Amino acid sequence: MSEAIIKIQNMNKWFGDFQVLKDINLEVEKNKKIVVCGPSGSGKSTLIRCINRLEEHQKGSIVVDGTELSENTKNIEQIRAEVGMVFQQFNLFPHLSILDNCTLAPIWVRKMPKKQAQELAMQQLEKVQISDQAQKFPGQLSGGQQQRCAIARALCMEPKIMLFDEPTSALDPEMIKEVLDAMVNLAKGGMTMIVVTHEMGFAKEVADEVIFMDEGMIVEKAETKEFFANPKSERTKLFLSQIL
Amino acid sequence: MSKFTFLKSDRSNIQLVLITGTFLITISILDVFLNSFFRLNLISFLPSKVSFLTPFIIGMIGLNLIRIEFSGNRFLDTLNKNINTSNFNAALTLLIIFVIFKAIPPSLSWMILDANISGDTKEACTGTGACWTYIKVWFRRFMYGMYPNEQHWRINTAFLLVIGLGTFGLFATEKMKKFLALYYVVIYPIIAFLIIYYLISGGYFGLEWIETGAWGGLSLTFIVSFFCLIFCFPLGMILALGRRSNLPAVRYISIGYIEFWRGVPLITVLFMSSVMFPMFLPEDFFMDKLVRVIIAITLFEGAYCAEVIRGGLQSLPRGQYDAAKSLGMGYWKMHIFVILPQALKLVIPGICNTFLALVKDTPLIFVVGLAELAGMLALAKTNPKWLGFAMEGYIFAAIIFWIICYAMSKYSYNLEEKYKTDR
Repeated sequence: MSEAIIKIQNMNKWFGDFQVLKDINLEVEKNKKIVVCGPSGSGKSTLIRCINRLEEHQKGSIVVDGTELSENTKNIEQIRAEVGMVFQQFNLFPHLSILDNCTLAPIWVRKMPKKQAQELAMQQLEKVQISDQAQKFPGQLSGGQQQRCAIARALCMEPKIMLFDEPTSALDPEMIKEVLDAMVNLAKGGMTMIVVTHEMGFAKEVADEVIFMDEGMIVEKAETKEFFANPKSERTKLFLSQIL
Repeated sequence: MSKFTFLKSDRSNIQLVLITGTFLITISILDVFLNSFFRLNLISFLPSKVSFLTPFIIGMIGLNLIRIEFSGNRFLDTLNKNINTSNFNAALTLLIIFVIFKAIPPSLSWMILDANISGDTKEACTGTGACWTYIKVWFRRFMYGMYPNEQHWRINTAFLLVIGLGTFGLFATEKMKKFLALYYVVIYPIIAFLIIYYLISGGYFGLEWIETGAWGGLSLTFIVSFFCLIFCFPLGMILALGRRSNLPAVRYISIGYIEFWRGVPLITVLFMSSVMFPMFLPEDFFMDKLVRVIIAITLFEGAYCAEVIRGGLQSLPRGQYDAAKSLGMGYWKMHIFVILPQALKLVIPGICNTFLALVKDTPLIFVVGLAELAGMLALAKTNPKWLGFAMEGYIFAAIIFWIICYAMSKYSYNLEEKYKTDR
């Protein structure tokens, strides 16, 4: 179980002249749940967007599930199919019904028969408790329902890793809980997860490790209990004192 | 202002002002109405200039009087809210009513009351109004151009077949739905071309060969518009994607193409296609003039379509691309299933605009000797037997074009409604 499914070595990334990520080294083992936190602009989102190459890194290497991310588009598409992602703004496809949102990729990327894909989608929607909304369009759903649908859509690809990019930041407070519940259930199912979030309660409950980032660097990386009980760096202490 | 209080309208004297106001407005409108429809002048005893302005002044006073806020009368409130909100709007309302009253009688008498439609020579037109006999006599020419009369069934059959095949999508079963896009983009144009080529052009199956120079009238308008529309749309789509491509070669070729065709006037393109282009072709290679014209217009309008579609592509949030990519979709899958359906939905009004412009640009092919509807009119009005009826012809053409364009824009509204999924 200790085999690393994501290996990032000396990864650097620039936006123009501005260096967003500096010498990132990170290994994520299978079935581990990692929470990434830090102030805004610290590069958390960019880091996880690099993992499925929605952003390109310029230096260093990223190996996901034994495949190195490079210019090779075939590899990238393969990796993206194995890595699910949930976005801050949900990014559901507004022209498709909830069910079609979930079956689109399994049918056309995984080449799954339509019937089977629909059954799978209904199962996943059941898990996040919106199977009764399957025929509606995203515009008719609340934010929390949309985000849960986005989680189901990613799960329909049966990914090995799930990335969450601030999944609750665009939600009303009362909807945050329903999304977090869905994520907790997913975590208990044994999924490998990397979650960028400010929800420290969620981090305490499910995370194996917490990473604190600031100014493009990983400042601190520790087991969850350790992280909250005795943070080592001053910057982390300051951050925790403000957020908790 | 106290001495004007008797003119001030409010709810207390509502009965009085309502009756006075309505009376004044009625007088004002009635005067203009009688004046223009029956040439009566109720106030002819006044000097001419005063008499000219009187209805307007009376109407303004009337409208001013009935402008009561929250009168409790629903009809009055609607009226005040919509056309009588201020003196300026009241003036506009009156003027519009007057202009309509002034314009109806002369146009009505010209178009219908004093018009002629019987007979089939110019001499039958004895009235002072329009000579619809001219349209009646030339009707077949306006519809079919110089195409021989006894062969008109070929055009009719071809059109019916093409329209029939076009409705195929309505009857397609669930299983065939997958191939609809392929059908409409590739198969349908080819079949339509073959039908029109073999049936209208002829030369096979014992059908007499009729050269494209003889084609004309409204049917030619339809043929040219139809092929240009169905070909320029996919072309525009490819160019729009090309212009946003990451591959420099593809991008620069698309930009160059679009900017070139948008920069030249259609009329020069048509001249080039019919005069210059054949010079570059090998001696034994022959391409029909009509085909060359259709290709020219398609290439031209494709550039416009491309920019409209690009606008739609650009208005999609980046998140849509991210989401599609994160699900493992490649460039084509992402565009076909996620990006284009949304972008095309957004550009329906713009595309409709371009298509309407295209239909109305087809008369330009007259410059290379193809006489579609407007071209046939230009020929007919110079016919020595029928001189002097240009007006009737152009009104006829305007009505036909308006019907076509209105149908297209109505259809585009329907499409917008049909594909509206946000709430």
